[in-house]
Amino acid sequence: MSFAFDLLLAAALLWSGWRSLSVDRLDRAIVLFIAFGLLMALAWARLSAPDIGLAEAAIGAGLTGALLLDAYGVLKRGKA
Amino acid sequence: MKRFVVASGAMAFAVLLIGALLEPLPSGVDLRVAVAANMTASGVEHPVTAVLLNFRGYDTLLEIAVLLLALIVILASGIDTTSDRSRATSSILQTLARLAAPLMIVVAVYLLWAGAFRPGGAFQAGAVLASAAVLLHLTGLLPSWQAPLLTLRWGLTAGFLIFLAVAAGLLTQGSLLQYPPAQAGMLILLIEVGLTLSLGLILAGLFLFLSRDPGDDS
Repeated sequence: MSFAFDLLLAAALLWSGWRSLSVDRLDRAIVLFIAFGLLMALAWARLSAPDIGLAEAAIGAGLTGALLLDAYGVLKRGKA
Repeated sequence: MKRFVVASGAMAFAVLLIGALLEPLPSGVDLRVAVAANMTASGVEHPVTAVLLNFRGYDTLLEIAVLLLALIVILASGIDTTSDRSRATSSILQTLARLAAPLMIVVAVYLLWAGAFRPGGAFQAGAVLASAAVLLHLTGLLPSWQAPLLTLRWGLTAGFLIFLAVAAGLLTQGSLLQYPPAQAGMLILLIEVGLTLSLGLILAGLFLFLSRDPGDDS
């Protein structure tokens, strides 16, 4: 059961990482990056490193995601 | 052709990484035993916090210094002082942010306190604090920061200064950041409180100093 979960998690990590790099729309890439960060936090928790998981969720997914979304907003307004 | 070169380079790197992962660790460096043997002298009960703030406190001191330096560089490169944009925000978002922000502050304090005996600690607590500030800013409740006033400057540097003061005070004991075991818990908590506050402000500052709209000077 937990092995299946780990396998699914690893596949989802690889998929979201690849998609966030290859998708052609910036906003989708950012959302995928945030999803990647949350999955990464889960992966750290599964690797029994909850400290890193917490930091990843707060900094990697939360703050970086917000910064990227804000930068995207500024870029979009600059273009329009 | 270029694509092929990049892809094969990435493949080679991935194979190297996987090979490095599969390589067995040299047997002489099992640090868990050393950490477990010294836990009683560290002043905290969670091994990660013990390593971060006691055994390898020097690294953490440099980490907070690097973060502070990053913010100072951003400030030195000049903040655009055009007027803050007024964001179109809904009252639902604002109400939710008003409800979430106090909870986030409580969570931050809990993480700080829990760091002594379970996963948590100053960095996570600071990140949660910063997220609360960013959330309030994005919903239009907290204006972005102008040039930092004196209070904010003290807040940004407090963590580093407290850490440095403790380190300097302990120099008389022998070596840098070697806490006396009896006071280690108190000193670590003191440092972590300062670190949480400063990290929250620094991380929020990375967002709030930068988040003004250069195209919005009309």
